[in-house]
Amino acid sequence: MFEDLEAKLANALKKIKGQALITEQDALEVLKNIKFALLEADVNYKVVKEIEQELKEKLVGKQIEKNLTPFQTIVDTVHKELTQVLGAESSTFVINSKPFIVMLVGIQGSGKTTTCAKLARLLKSKGRQALLVACDIYRPAAVKQLQTLGKQLDIPVFSKENTKPQDIALESLEYAKSNGRDIVIIDTAGRLQIDEQLMQELVVMKNTVQPNEILLVVDSMIGQEAVNIAKKFNDDIGISGLIFTKMDADARGGALLSIKRIVGKPIKFIGVGEKISDLEQFYPDRIASRILGMGDILTLIEQA
Amino acid sequence: GDEKETPKDKPITDSYLEQLEELLITSDFGVSVTQRIIEEINSNMGGSVKTIRDAEFVIRKILLSVLESVEKPLYIKGSPFVILVVGINGSGKTTTIGKLASLYQERGKSVLLVAADTFRAAAIEQLQEWAIRNSCDILAPSPKTDPAAVAYDGVHKAIAKNYDIVLVDTAGRLHTQKHLMEEVKKIKRVIGKLGNYPNEVLLVLDSTIGQNALIQAKEFNNALDVSGVVLTKLDSTSKGGIIFAISQDLKIPIRYIGMGEKIDDLKAFVARDFIESLLNPIA
Ligand SMILES: Nc1nc2c(ncn2[C@@H]2O[C@H](COP(=O)(O)OP(=O)(O)OP(=O)(O)O)[C@@H](O)[C@H]2O)c(=O)[nH]1
Ligand SMILES: Nc1nc2c(ncn2[C@@H]2O[C@H](COP(=O)(O)OP(=O)(O)OP(=O)(O)O)[C@@H](O)[C@H]2O)c(=O)[nH]1
Ligand SMILES: [Mg+2]
Ligand SMILES: [Mg+2]
Repeated sequence: MFEDLEAKLANALKKIKGQALITEQDALEVLKNIKFALLEADVNYKVVKEIEQELKEKLVGKQIEKNLTPFQTIVDTVHKELTQVLGAESSTFVINSKPFIVMLVGIQGSGKTTTCAKLARLLKSKGRQALLVACDIYRPAAVKQLQTLGKQLDIPVFSKENTKPQDIALESLEYAKSNGRDIVIIDTAGRLQIDEQLMQELVVMKNTVQPNEILLVVDSMIGQEAVNIAKKFNDDIGISGLIFTKMDADARGGALLSIKRIVGKPIKFIGVGEKISDLEQFYPDRIASRILGMGDILTLIEQA
Repeated sequence: GDEKETPKDKPITDSYLEQLEELLITSDFGVSVTQRIIEEINSNMGGSVKTIRDAEFVIRKILLSVLESVEKPLYIKGSPFVILVVGINGSGKTTTIGKLASLYQERGKSVLLVAADTFRAAAIEQLQEWAIRNSCDILAPSPKTDPAAVAYDGVHKAIAKNYDIVLVDTAGRLHTQKHLMEEVKKIKRVIGKLGNYPNEVLLVLDSTIGQNALIQAKEFNNALDVSGVVLTKLDSTSKGGIIFAISQDLKIPIRYIGMGEKIDDLKAFVARDFIESLLNPIA
C-alpha cells in the first residue's frame, strides 16, 4: 500500500515536470490518490472529505518549491497539513493540584488498565507518589490485573469490594491525602459509548471526584467508528486528552487524525507495547508520515 | 398487487451513490471492496439496475455470495475436541472462551478451560472467574509458566479424564511480533504431539478494528492455519465490514459473533442478518 501511493502519485505527476505551478487538474488527480490512501489508513470518511477540500485550496496554483520536484512539493504540503491537524507534540501534565487526579476512560479492551500502570511508572520516575485506583468492578479480575501491575511497580492500589465505582473513586482521594500520594490514577471499566447507563456512571464519577485530566484511551487500530466513540465520550463527560495504544502494530493509525480533528483535544502519549515501560511521547510529524505511508520520501524532502 | 411507489423505486442518483460509498466506507469495508460494489452498480446502470431497489439487490448479492459461504457453525466431532483460541491484544479471547464454555455445557458437554495466557497481568485469574461462572474445571498454572507446556498438560488431562471440550486461552499478541507468533506456533505444535489436535484454531477478531484486521487475519492464518473466526463487540455501533474482505480472501468459516460482555452474549454468525444490519440505514 505504501509503495502503491508513491507509485500512483509519481505516475499522476509525471506530466507536470517542468511546470512552475500546480494546476487544478494536477491537484485533483493527486487528491484522488491521497483520499484513497487516507481511507485505507482508517481516517474517517467525513474527515477525509474535509481534508481533501482544504488540500485542494492549498495545492491549486501552488508554486513548485525551488529545490523540490512537483511530486515532492505536493507530498510535503499534504504532510504539513496532516501534521497540523494532529496538533502539538505531546503535552505532558501540568501538575497544579494535590492530589492531581487522572481518570482513564474508553471502550472495552482499548488498553486503559495497562496505560494506568504505564502512567504511574512514568510519574513515579519523575519523583511523584502515585496511587492507582481500581474502579472497574465489572470485568472479571480487573482489580487483580491492576493490583498485579501495581505490585510490579511498587505503587499502592486502592480497591474496595461491594462498592460503587464513584464511591471507590471518592474514598481513594481520602486515602491519597492521608498517605501522601500526590497523583491519583483512576482505572475505569471499558464501556461502549451507546451504553447510556455506564456513560452516566462516568458522569457521576467525574462530578464526584473532579479529575484534573480525563483521558480517552483508544486502540490505534480502530476503524471508522473512532469518531463516534470519541465524540460521545467528549460530549458526555468532556475529555481533556487522548492516548492511543498498540502503536507497535502495523496499522496506519488514521484514527489519530480523525479523533484529533473531531474532538480537538491533545494527544498526550502513545502506547507502543505491553510492557509498563512502553509509553512514548507523541510526535505529530511522525504519525503524519505513518498515516500517509511515505516516511522515506519525507526524509528526502527534509534533507532537500 | 397494488404496490405503491416507494423511495426504493426512485432512480439511482449521484447523491445516492455517494451515500452508498459513505455507508460502505464507514462500515469498514475498505476502499477496494467499496469501489468494486459501486463499479458493479455503475456498469449495470440503465440495464438491470435502474432503481435503488435494484442497487440494493446488487449489494446484497455481492455480499451474500461471499458471506453465505463462510456461514458455517462449528461442528463438534470427537472427544476431546480441542479449541485453540488466538488473536491480538484485547480482542475478546478470554471472554469468548467463557461464553463458549457455557454454550457447550448447555449442550451437555464437559468442558475444561486451559489458562495458557501466563503472561498478561491477572489473565489466569480472569479465566478462573469464568470457570467459576460456568462451574467448569480449569487448568490454571502459576504465572510465567511456559504456555506450550500448559497447553500440553491441559490436552493431556482432557484425554486422561475424558473431557469433551478443551478451550485453550492464549495471550494476546500482535501479528507483527515475530517471537510471539513463534510462541503460539509452538503451542499448536506441542499439543499436536498428543494426537490430531487442535481440532479448531479459532481467531478472535474485534469488529471495531479497521483495515488492519485483514492483515491480522492473514498473518495468523499463515502462522496457524486458522479454521474459524469469532467476530466480537458487534453490540457496538461498528459494522465490522472488513470481515467481507477477510472472508473473500481467506474463506475461513465465521463461527460466532460476540454481542456483549455477558455469558450468553454469543450468537451464531448469520450472513443475512449481518448484511441487513449493515444496510439498515439506507434500507
Ligand atoms: N501490543 C500492545 N498491547 C497493548 C498495549 N496497551 C495495552 N495492550 C494490551 O491490550 C490488552 C488490553 O489491555 P487492557 O489494559 O487490559 O485494556 P482495558 O482497556 O483495560 O480493557 P477493559 O478493562 O477490558 O476494557 C492487553 O493484552 C494489554 O497487554 C500496547 O500499547 N501495545
Ligand atoms: N461490548 C463487548 N465487549 C466485549 C465483547 N467480547 C469481549 N468484550 C470485552 O472486551 C474486553 C477484552 O476482552 P478479553 O476477553 O479480556 O480479551 P482478550 O482477547 O482475552 O484480551 P488479552 O488476553 O488481554 O489479549 C473485556 O472488557 C471484555 O468484557 C463483546 O462481544 N462485546
Ligand atoms: Mg481494564
Ligand atoms: Mg485474554
